[in-house]
Amino acid sequence: MLELVDVTKVVGADTHIEGVSMTLSKGSINVLLGPTLSGKTSLMRLIAGLDRPTRGDIRIDGASVVGVPVQKRNVAMVYQQFINYPTLSVYENIASPMRVKGADKATVDREVRKAAELLRLTDHLKKTPLELSGGQQQRTALARAIVKGAGLVLLDEPLANLDYKLREELRAELPKIFAATGAIFVYATTEPTEALLLGGNTATLSLGRVTQFGRTIDVFNRPVDLITAETFSDPPLNTLAVEKRGALFGHAHGLTVPVPADDLGLPDGRYTIGFRPHHLFLDAPGGAAVSLPARVAVTEITGSESFVHVDVADARWVALAHGVRNFDVDDRITVHVDPDRLFVFDAAGRLAAAPRALQAA
Amino acid sequence: MDKTWNNKAWFMVLPVLVLVAFSAVIPLMTVVNYSVQDTFGNNEFFWAGTEWFKETLTSDRFHQALWRNLMFSAIILAIEIPLGIAIALTMPKKGIGVPVCLVLMALPLLIPWNVVGTIWQVFGRVDIGLLGRSVTALGIDYNYTQDPIDAWVTVILMDVWHWTSLVVLLCYAGLVSIPDAYYQAARIDGASKWSVFRHIQLPKMQRVLLIAVLLRFMDSFMIYTEPFVVTGGGPGNSTTFLSIDLVKMAVGQFDLGPAAAMSIIYFLIILLLSWVFYTVMTQAGEERR
Amino acid sequence: MARIDLDHIAHAYRPNPTKPSDFALKEVHHTWDDGGAYALLGPSGCGKTTLLNVISGLLVPSKGRILFGGTDVTRMPTEARNIAQVFQFPVIYDTMTVYDNLAFPLRNRHVPEARVDAAVRETAEMIGLTDKLTQRARGLTADQKQKISLGRGLVRQDVNAILFDEPLTVIDPHMKWQLRSQLKLLHKRFGFTMIYVTHDQTEALTFADKVVVMYDGEVVQIGTPGELFERPRHTFVGYFIGSPGMNVLPAEVAGREARVGGHAVPLPRAYRRPAGKVELGVRPEFVRLVDGREGVPIVVTGIEDVGRYRIVRAQLGDLELNAVVKEGVAIPSAPRAVFEPAGVNIYADSHIVEPEA
Repeated sequence: MLELVDVTKVVGADTHIEGVSMTLSKGSINVLLGPTLSGKTSLMRLIAGLDRPTRGDIRIDGASVVGVPVQKRNVAMVYQQFINYPTLSVYENIASPMRVKGADKATVDREVRKAAELLRLTDHLKKTPLELSGGQQQRTALARAIVKGAGLVLLDEPLANLDYKLREELRAELPKIFAATGAIFVYATTEPTEALLLGGNTATLSLGRVTQFGRTIDVFNRPVDLITAETFSDPPLNTLAVEKRGALFGHAHGLTVPVPADDLGLPDGRYTIGFRPHHLFLDAPGGAAVSLPARVAVTEITGSESFVHVDVADARWVALAHGVRNFDVDDRITVHVDPDRLFVFDAAGRLAAAPRALQAA
Repeated sequence: MDKTWNNKAWFMVLPVLVLVAFSAVIPLMTVVNYSVQDTFGNNEFFWAGTEWFKETLTSDRFHQALWRNLMFSAIILAIEIPLGIAIALTMPKKGIGVPVCLVLMALPLLIPWNVVGTIWQVFGRVDIGLLGRSVTALGIDYNYTQDPIDAWVTVILMDVWHWTSLVVLLCYAGLVSIPDAYYQAARIDGASKWSVFRHIQLPKMQRVLLIAVLLRFMDSFMIYTEPFVVTGGGPGNSTTFLSIDLVKMAVGQFDLGPAAAMSIIYFLIILLLSWVFYTVMTQAGEERR
Repeated sequence: MARIDLDHIAHAYRPNPTKPSDFALKEVHHTWDDGGAYALLGPSGCGKTTLLNVISGLLVPSKGRILFGGTDVTRMPTEARNIAQVFQFPVIYDTMTVYDNLAFPLRNRHVPEARVDAAVRETAEMIGLTDKLTQRARGLTADQKQKISLGRGLVRQDVNAILFDEPLTVIDPHMKWQLRSQLKLLHKRFGFTMIYVTHDQTEALTFADKVVVMYDGEVVQIGTPGELFERPRHTFVGYFIGSPGMNVLPAEVAGREARVGGHAVPLPRAYRRPAGKVELGVRPEFVRLVDGREGVPIVVTGIEDVGRYRIVRAQLGDLELNAVVKEGVAIPSAPRAVFEPAGVNIYADSHIVEPEA
């Protein structure tokens, strides 16, 4: 078990990490999710013991490890860059942490082959890293982290430098690989989808603070505030600043959206409503959905999905639709917002109401 | 990114500091010591103050040697830099020709300086030298041991032969680092050969050219071995550069005081010029960003 | 602008090619319309750069002819083809101002200065660099430099085609879609013939009207983004386009039925027994999970919840099968998988097999 208690890191006049407290249990996957410079790497360095916190405590199984240098901790790290020993074979690369420990030949061989099997490297053991594809190079680095038998494995955006198909494949395998080791995994990423695919727990980071920490899907479905919801949405959360008057949310440009039945009890006043891009519909979903006129700014097509960027009043929204939906720039279209899908945030940005559809979950 | 401050690193550079102290600082201090004293032998020294500096700075001998040095550097830069660029441009970019050219170019650089001097000393002799005999046979009155101009021509030719390769190699390194896309784009834009040189090759070579100019200037300003071997500073004093003069004064005449003062002035001139070049180079580098 | 005909073009880097594997670019025979936006899409080493070099004139193909607007240009050098090209890394003339960079191609062609000025200002307007005209080009950001590279092509209004070779490689992610949308807008407004080489499927599908998918030296499909998704003509297209990729399962096919992992799967149309390695392809979006007796039996091994949909990973016997289940649709506790006939395609040796008429 790894505990962070009010961990703070101040460098000069800048606070890099502020008051982070969380508990990571054995065998768990913990995603640190946030944009670049949100503090993911700083937090990782503190957890690894590469940096010393200015304030607060880090405990492993109840004992403080602050001040224990990284070499003396049982930690493995995998980075965005593929870091391997270029002149050693894949086999020797994977074996290197065990050789350092002085393990006997039979144990080394057994562990290396086990890790190679898990990471599908068995056919490449005799090659050197530079003969491998980027994906295989990163698999080698992962295998090395795993044979180390570390109780804590830190991964700093390990898939960021891979092509999308390789990323997709390795990402699908990671939970299986993690489950096979039983260590505590801490995984930093900028991509919400990656956090969702890995499952486990997620901590959303913004400006050096952990805004929420909990089961990944819970954080996604019930973000405590606007910042968390925005951090955990790709493409970004569609938002609109509104004024609640009775049963209507009114926007400065004359747009109105009915207040969901469950939220009628909220006091009148200023709110921000938000909804996810896949809940901005291009085809009327039926029910109480409101139709709004929109102008297409650009359409991005990933293959199985299309991102239609639209201007609605003074807001820039994204509609995420299934399949290929091709619009031209400046096309006038109608988009639909379903009040039952709305997140409502109060003037301070705290969550006032989550979509009804998710409340049961 | 926050850095971990660790003062232990200073201990790592300590050995080098000690080494530099022994090899450079202490000898330099000794020279400074000599430059403000006078001696008549027997290890007796008398305080001379700034007398030697005044004498050196006002001496015609020093002015002439300095002038010769500047002339020499200017001439060889004016020849070696354009020639080096021209040769680099004609060198092949790929294929078997590349290693062949590189080896040919590197050859003069691999020869020890005094050997270069000896080669040219013989090469230019009118009685047995290939160059001397051939030129004389053409009816040109040539003799580097008697005619100052011939001596200069010989020394300059020798330097060009010896060092143009360095400029070539540096320029070549600059040229091959230009991605193919640039040449392709220029073709698409309909650029002429001159345009390609003026707008792609020359700007991309700017950095290495500055280094080439700096190296060649420093080296030529400190030139000693080759002209000493070929002409011994003559005929007369026509090829007596600062370094040769300095050695004559210190080792030949044992005027330790004036020689020390001169070497300090010489050192300061080089320091000043290095600083000027360094500033120019870093400024050019910053402008690129 | 011009129509481009690729007339039975093939290229091998070694002399005297005999077998298909000798060719870095296998035979292409296709016409690209005047004013079309095309993307060459494929992983590295698929032959897309070879094809681009044939079009730009850096390579003379071992076989076939290439025509611009009906004129044979196969043996013409790059400079005579009247094309423009934007490279992976921005190519700008460091020492010149933005204005002089844009004017360069025209001045080289001795266009009168008055016309140069008009064209440069018009181009600067198009690429949004009017307020930077007097600046040194070297001080600009990567995306601005890339715009200059593009501008040097646009400034010659008579170019036959504009070629792009992975032009967004060095651009910051948040600038990428902005540049992409600007390109698309330029294409729509001015109707240039554009050819865009990339390994990024989003870039290709977003930019192009027609995407040319290449794999192992072969053009495996030319189609609209919709066609590539709905009816991949090669298993590679099914795998490469879409996330997760198409399920490709070994199958035996006879008439209106396929057998996959020993189970019968109905097909929408009848097939003659195809020759070669036969596979059934179905996208995860067309795999429905049902309760009851319909479909094939599967064992669910994992469910990944992406919020807007869930990816269900399952085993069909020894075969791996992915299904995508939309938000709000329940997943039965012990489901069977139904392949929706409209989304099922049959492949022989990786190429699609047409059903009997």
